[in-house]
Amino acid sequence: MMRLPWFDYRAPRTVAEAAKILAGEGPGAMLIAGGTDLLPNMKRRHQTPKVLVSLRGIPSLKSFSNGSGVAFGSGLTLTEVIRNEKTPTALYQAAAQVATVHLRNSGTLGGNLCLDTRCTYYNQNHEWRKAIDFCLKKDGDICWVATASKRCVAVSSTDTAPALIALNAKVILEGVPGQREIPVENLYRNDGIDYLSRKPDEILTQISIPGGWESTYWKLRRRGAFDFPILGVAIALQFSSEKIIQEARVALGAAASRPFLLEKASEFLKGKKLSDDVIAETSTLIASRAKPLDNTDMDLYWRKEVADDFAGYALRELRGDDMRATRLRIARFAV
Amino acid sequence: MSTQGKLRVIGKARRRVDGRAKVTGLTRFADDIVLPRMLHCRLLRSPHPHAEILEIITGKAEKLPGVHLILTGKDFPVTFGIMPVAQDEYPLANGRVRYVGDPIAAVIAKDEQTATEALDLIEVKFKQLKTISNPEEALQNPEPRIHDYGDQGNIHRIQSYEFGDVDEALAKSDHVFDDLFFYEGNTHLPIEQHASVAAPDGEGKLTLWSSTQVPHYIHRALARALQMPASHIRVIACPNGGGFGGKCDLHNHEIVVSRAALKLGRPVKICLNREEVFYMHRGRHPVLMRMRTGVTKDGKLTGMHLQTLLDGGGYGSYGPASTFYTGVLQTVTYELPRYKFDACRAFTNKPPCGPKRGHGTPQPRFGQEVQLDKIAEKLKLDPAELRLNIVAKPDTLTANWLKIGTIGLAECIRQATARSDWKKKFRKMGPGRGIGIACSSYLSGAGLPIYWNKMPHSGVQLLADRSGQVTVFCGATEIGQGSDDVLAAMVAEVLGMDPYDIRCVTGDTALTPVDLGSYSSRVTVMMGNAAIQAAEKLKAQIAEAAGEQLEVIPSRLSFSDGRVFVTENSNKSLSFKEAVEFAEVKFGTLGAVGSYTPPRAPGRYKGAGVGPSPAYSYSACVVEVEVDQATGWIAVPKIWIAHDIGRTVNPVLARGQVEGSVYMGLAEALMEEQVFRRLPPKMSHALVHKIPSLLEYKSPTSLDMPEIDTILIEDPDPNCPFGAKEAGQGPLLPVMPAVANAIFDAVGVRIDELPITPDKVLKALELKAAGKNPRVGPERFPLVPYPKSIFVLPPWEGGDGKESKRDDAVAVV
Amino acid sequence: MAAVPQRVHLKFLVNGEETPVSFAPYKTLLEVLREDLNLTGTKHGCELGECGACAVLIDGEPHLSCLVLGVECEGRRIETVEGLADGAELHPLQAAFADLGAAQCGYCTPGILMTAKALLDKDPNPSRETIKEAISGNLCRCTGYQQIFEAIEEAAVRMKP
Repeated sequence: MMRLPWFDYRAPRTVAEAAKILAGEGPGAMLIAGGTDLLPNMKRRHQTPKVLVSLRGIPSLKSFSNGSGVAFGSGLTLTEVIRNEKTPTALYQAAAQVATVHLRNSGTLGGNLCLDTRCTYYNQNHEWRKAIDFCLKKDGDICWVATASKRCVAVSSTDTAPALIALNAKVILEGVPGQREIPVENLYRNDGIDYLSRKPDEILTQISIPGGWESTYWKLRRRGAFDFPILGVAIALQFSSEKIIQEARVALGAAASRPFLLEKASEFLKGKKLSDDVIAETSTLIASRAKPLDNTDMDLYWRKEVADDFAGYALRELRGDDMRATRLRIARFAV
Repeated sequence: MSTQGKLRVIGKARRRVDGRAKVTGLTRFADDIVLPRMLHCRLLRSPHPHAEILEIITGKAEKLPGVHLILTGKDFPVTFGIMPVAQDEYPLANGRVRYVGDPIAAVIAKDEQTATEALDLIEVKFKQLKTISNPEEALQNPEPRIHDYGDQGNIHRIQSYEFGDVDEALAKSDHVFDDLFFYEGNTHLPIEQHASVAAPDGEGKLTLWSSTQVPHYIHRALARALQMPASHIRVIACPNGGGFGGKCDLHNHEIVVSRAALKLGRPVKICLNREEVFYMHRGRHPVLMRMRTGVTKDGKLTGMHLQTLLDGGGYGSYGPASTFYTGVLQTVTYELPRYKFDACRAFTNKPPCGPKRGHGTPQPRFGQEVQLDKIAEKLKLDPAELRLNIVAKPDTLTANWLKIGTIGLAECIRQATARSDWKKKFRKMGPGRGIGIACSSYLSGAGLPIYWNKMPHSGVQLLADRSGQVTVFCGATEIGQGSDDVLAAMVAEVLGMDPYDIRCVTGDTALTPVDLGSYSSRVTVMMGNAAIQAAEKLKAQIAEAAGEQLEVIPSRLSFSDGRVFVTENSNKSLSFKEAVEFAEVKFGTLGAVGSYTPPRAPGRYKGAGVGPSPAYSYSACVVEVEVDQATGWIAVPKIWIAHDIGRTVNPVLARGQVEGSVYMGLAEALMEEQVFRRLPPKMSHALVHKIPSLLEYKSPTSLDMPEIDTILIEDPDPNCPFGAKEAGQGPLLPVMPAVANAIFDAVGVRIDELPITPDKVLKALELKAAGKNPRVGPERFPLVPYPKSIFVLPPWEGGDGKESKRDDAVAVV
Repeated sequence: MAAVPQRVHLKFLVNGEETPVSFAPYKTLLEVLREDLNLTGTKHGCELGECGACAVLIDGEPHLSCLVLGVECEGRRIETVEGLADGAELHPLQAAFADLGAAQCGYCTPGILMTAKALLDKDPNPSRETIKEAISGNLCRCTGYQQIFEAIEEAAVRMKP
């Protein structure tokens, strides 16, 4: 049986207390919320924190508020996010396609945003990684995906982040000195190792999403459950009454070490109607930014080739096309 | 066998006799066993694919508090292997490792956590050796040899058989189809990870509980590996949490915990983690195939020449049998006048391959059925009609001297096509939608055991006493397929009892008569026949005593509903319990045994032992697909499967076996692959399993499974108990080619290799759009030094089943 | 690591019974159930959240016990397959699974039963699609799932008042 290494367990009751423990313990301490990402990693010895600081017992992280937009406490589980009727479409579709029912019951929205980057050379047992003499991300010197690369190219595999980026969401990070709010896209760095701009003693406490968007999220993966995305396309639009796009935000997930906003494609959509030509052109623009590497499931060239199709699905759905049959074939359930 | 009268148990849909235990969590799997003073074992495995071990330093690990024992190769001087001709493994490496994951040392400690910590403290010094990563490399590099035995260089087995002059047959054919196919390897992936507990008993003898499908073979092999008399070893097969062929070998860890328990005088447990299960493997061989088939213009087969190249991995395992199975069953489905079969299994530095559901036969079946589709396309024939016209005849011999008994294949084709509305759909579903058909056949038990002997393949012992209870003992092993239920049903049917009143004691070498194990779909037929024989003997004794009491001759008695009564006057009756009491008075303590040995096969040439079976099952499968032409994305809305089962023992379980086979076949068709990764050779020697996890080795979830329409075709086979043939492997075989054929119907591209993934479909669609051959599959077959064939004349060319000279053939028109 | 206690002593609520238990604090709920409470009905196939075999109900919702820290279960309501039957009377799900072939090897069965129980507790009339979704986090290698769907549907019928 795969087992956790020994650790010391702390259960603060407030964010401030948690931040204080983090600051006091230094890099040996790690936060645990749902545990669905961290615990497998600990069992595989990717992370061996001396101290686990649990966020489970902090009531404020379970908050939800609904005003001009919505604000989710980071400790809400993905199931709670899905069940919330106020959850914007793209976030709902992203959260509903994370892993499995069980993992969504444990895993939190904050946890999914902070998900460790993934790579088929990294997400392996310690013994396996020993057999390749480890890799850049953990215990080794070489990135086996791109041996000339100085940077780890592990893939951002969070579903909810691209959806939240498209929705122009912000997160609050709270540390001992105080708190700051940043756009979700700024939470990430394009580095497979140091993939978050979160400071070590900061805690992601809240996610706030402005209202007014029509949004969608399309996820590419092999199976109808379990699998991480190998491409995630999130688009949020604001239309005029004549169906002219006023605001547009396009984001990609699982296409680099971070989820990111596609400014050019977003800009291109503004002031236009979603004609077939506009959809085709935007899809090409979007796909040009998907640069998959050979470190996830499915054939690399194929993933590159179908990116424009997935972008097209998303845009057509936002235009109002009936995409249910396509959805069902891709997602394997009604999302 | 005995099948007279109206059946009361056989054929009725029932809860399986072990059903309650399985839904209450009471079924005790090997890892559920906890014994007083039990210690825990973990294995240190090789990080190198091919290396010599120079030194193992265990001092630090020994000193870790809680560590009780460390074992290394020097504790195990004797080789083992499941087949007598492939005794090529050591429980712990003896100076050489042959794949990443090959066990080197074992730590036995107070708990698993401590044992794991100790593994990190063992230091091993290696000298790396050149790595062979695939069969082509094995052919090109006879040195260094992975093993110092085998047919040559890094070829483990190489052989050739020819049944009639195939070149001549092909030359006379209207068309010859020459195709290459590749079937990627894949693994069993039982959800239960292998576990074993070994414990010395009060007399110092050894008991091993293990997740094994073959306790008898383990018992024999363990006696050799431990150099201990078999009488001092007891092997108990726990119910398996899925087997599928993956628990058919003697495994390193079973020997290691046995030795450790004997040395320490305490129980020792091991449970592999998921990555280790991938290393244990013994799964589907990757096979490259070349298939040349001659046909007449109306679609009759004239001859076939099949060549296979198997990637065997680092050890022999069942490889010699697997090698045969990549060819021997090509003849039992359709009429095939002449047949040539060349096979070669290479050693490579990867986990060893062995038997997985269908053992060696799904690979050539995929090729044959896709090729038949190509033949039908070329000859402008309906592929279902083409098959119906060439279905093998009952009670005939095949070109390679296999005896076909009953064959319900034509009815399978008719039903599967009727239920799927085949005629209205084939070539008519519109762009991106298609339907495909394929057929198959499989053994109902291998005709020979894996070690040569003439003893029974299955034995059953019955106990009945004055309490009215009946206990049935048999070495057969419950791996989920319903072995215990079949056993109880057979006995209950004969004795007129309720199957739930029968106690089954199975899979225990100390208590149960030998049964060779749960593999090759042998249990229903062999155990069933033995059980009927034992039950009939017991029944005769009881009837004789009861007849005296009821004052009728025994032949006028019936056994039913727990009573023994005069057939024409059911008021004259005894309860079963009373009848047993009288029998016990008359005969003393009651008991009966039954046994079963398969009929002798007609083939007399060397190698004729692989392929014969008491009966062959048949299946026809129709698959509907939707293919997105822009992405190659594949969806499967529905599958129809008709299976010739002979007779259904319990329809609930039979359907489960068929649907489970379809599931696994679809998984192999679309996603499962056991693939390896080599790092840039200039930088690393590594050759690792690419995805040894349940997340990345893809197996379908409930959302990925289409609806399955299962049709059971009943045509009782006289060699089988109440006519029942196998159902657990055969229905897997036609699924993969039916998927490939459906994809061709949908979008006009051929994917001649498995798995069929969207990227391959898209690539083929792009070739099609560019006006090129719309096919993705292997492009070449390497030069393999197959030997001169063993030549055997087919039965209809004057042969006698023995090897003969080529010119013995009488003139055939 | 001297500060880390070798064992912790906590109280869980297991299958309706207040259950004191002492275990090494690195253990997940799965390990505590199987090794410290001898409730071996809960199975394991990967211990990494990739198969669903270890699913149990915590406060009525299905979770993977392999990814729940034992130290976080104090006072929580845990239901395992051992608590599913009412005395000798099988839960309708158990009876339907046994009757309709939903358990072949039986290894993934406890996890699926518990997941299905959570479903039926919430939705007494689930559609086939809802059932498929609900158990999509439980891998089964034997059945092809169809008989499992049917058994859950049958249990829903049998549970109707």
